Amino acid sequence: MSVPENRLKKNIFSLQLNADDFLPADESEKQELVVMRKSVTFWRDGLKRLVSNNIAMISLVVIVFVILFAFVAPAFYPYSYSQQIRGSENLAPMEYSERELATIESGGRVFPHILGTDNLGRDYMLRVMMGTRISLIVGLVASIIVLIIGSVYGAISGYVGGKTDIIMMRIVDIIYSIPDILIIIILSVALKEPLKALFDRNDFLRSISILGPSLIGIFITFSLLYWVGMARFVRGQVLTIKEQEYVTAAKALGASSGRIIRKHILPNCIGTIIVVTTLQIPSAIFTESFLSFLGIGVSAPMPSLGSLASDAIGGIQSYPFRLFAPAIVICIVILSFNLLGDGLRDAFDPKLKK
Amino acid sequence: MFSYFAKRIAYALATIWIIITVTFFLMNLVPGGPFLSEKAPSPEILKAMEAKYGLDKPLAVQYKNYLANIAKGDLGYAIKAKGQRITDIIADKFPVSAKLGGLAILTAVVIGIPLGSLAALKRGRLLDKTIMVLTTAGVSIPAFVIATALMIYLGVYVKIFPTYGLKTPLHYVLPVFSLAIYPMAYIARLMRSSLLDVLGQDYIRTARAKGVSGIFVLFKHALRNALVPVITYLGPLTAGILTGSFVIEKVFTIPGLGGEFISSITSRDYPMIMGLTVFYASLLVIMNLVVDILYCIVDPRIKLK
Repeated sequence: MSVPENRLKKNIFSLQLNADDFLPADESEKQELVVMRKSVTFWRDGLKRLVSNNIAMISLVVIVFVILFAFVAPAFYPYSYSQQIRGSENLAPMEYSERELATIESGGRVFPHILGTDNLGRDYMLRVMMGTRISLIVGLVASIIVLIIGSVYGAISGYVGGKTDIIMMRIVDIIYSIPDILIIIILSVALKEPLKALFDRNDFLRSISILGPSLIGIFITFSLLYWVGMARFVRGQVLTIKEQEYVTAAKALGASSGRIIRKHILPNCIGTIIVVTTLQIPSAIFTESFLSFLGIGVSAPMPSLGSLASDAIGGIQSYPFRLFAPAIVICIVILSFNLLGDGLRDAFDPKLKK
Repeated sequence: MFSYFAKRIAYALATIWIIITVTFFLMNLVPGGPFLSEKAPSPEILKAMEAKYGLDKPLAVQYKNYLANIAKGDLGYAIKAKGQRITDIIADKFPVSAKLGGLAILTAVVIGIPLGSLAALKRGRLLDKTIMVLTTAGVSIPAFVIATALMIYLGVYVKIFPTYGLKTPLHYVLPVFSLAIYPMAYIARLMRSSLLDVLGQDYIRTARAKGVSGIFVLFKHALRNALVPVITYLGPLTAGILTGSFVIEKVFTIPGLGGEFISSITSRDYPMIMGLTVFYASLLVIMNLVVDILYCIVDPRIKLK
């Protein structure tokens, strides 16, 4: 047995250390010691949790189907939502009028009225589709407006702080305590005529007036009132993040306010802001259907799920499906947005991380 | 404490004033005017009518008069209801709505709190999941859908309950229930999360460790604390019941104030719209104030600033 040269001489008082243990490690050994997972970004982490949440994924699929139903399906329809087909009034689902039967007999093709027609001979299925489209537009546009106004206001208030913050938050407090539905009703009544007049006068505005003055009135009223919740929320987020050490560090390094907002504050609260915005969509759809049901939402002949349900109540005993169709669609839309919002919150809210 | 209340009251008054102002100027923004109908009155009559209701004066004077009248508790005259006082209409119609709304709030609280507590106590079990699914549906289905569905099934097909008016106690069942479902589901969800939160606290564990019986821990320690968020919801709850009553009164043809409000909007009875908005808004603001004060009495932990 040969003894390596660098081995220390045996001495009874020595610690009997093996000099080999103190040699520098080579590359393969170094690699073994590295215990690292691939780094997971915030988004990938949240996305993984969202995908593993069955309820949220099902709601997402349902929402995609509803969007297809509302925006794509009507393009393949041979009727228009305001087209009144003579002689085909009050048809039951899948029923044909005499004239249409005659066309079929003579070899022509007639697209079936899947949900029948209403009392003016308009295809009901298409009206439900258009109503869904309106509801979705209202939900999405209103939440985007709320998102923009609320987050800008809240971010300024939270970031600037001091007297500005106090004054800006007092304004929010007062708007917050105003009963929203009442003001929305009043505003949509009051804005209807002036908006119509404005659209008639201005060429540029006429192009958006296809949406109808009452729909734009609804957007305006939503955006005037509902941003306060978002503003409060964003301010709270900004206030907590502003006090974090890494922001102080960035400031000490001479970063400008704009850079701090863009690089540090925004990325840290964007997840929760998305969640709040998603949950805003069903509440806007809820309010719109409520207003249309009372007859102060969208104006005829444009249908909305709420106004379709409201019109159906009169003939409820003879044509119950006219109520059920829009009612079921409203429930599905609101339910799936609510569930998706809950799922997003579980996935992206850092406070709920397990 | 006193300065806190004074501040709250000042806020409430400011809110009411802002609402009055906003409503007043918005109503004056609307072209057309309340006397416009298919049969246009002659200019002389129009002038006389405007003079009678004080509409010929400049806007600032009208605004000042309106504020002064409200301070005296006078909301002016309705136009479509042949010069009836708005306060009289409110006195006449509001009790109906208040009875309906009060019953609905009671139903929501009495059913919602036990339902939420049950879900929290049986967390993760089948019962909890069932309650959660039902309450999620409850907050997602608009009141008018519930109301009409109930009306068709229990009123038209099965014919257990009458579907319109409010003559007998049986008449109240459907409207009250359809009005109560949303807040009931909301309270149940709120109660569940709040009770779960409280049950995880250290003082509950301490009480259990001391050998306090399960029921005593639940009622004496847990529920009391878990109720605080529910109390804060009472303000928005009233607002929800109030606006919900617009729809429910329309569906069940109930002669309440909500229906009156909607019909005043469609007939453009501006003084009436204004009067009722001011009335409703004050009611809600006062309700919020009461809830706020109740809140600090119930929960002594809240430090009054």
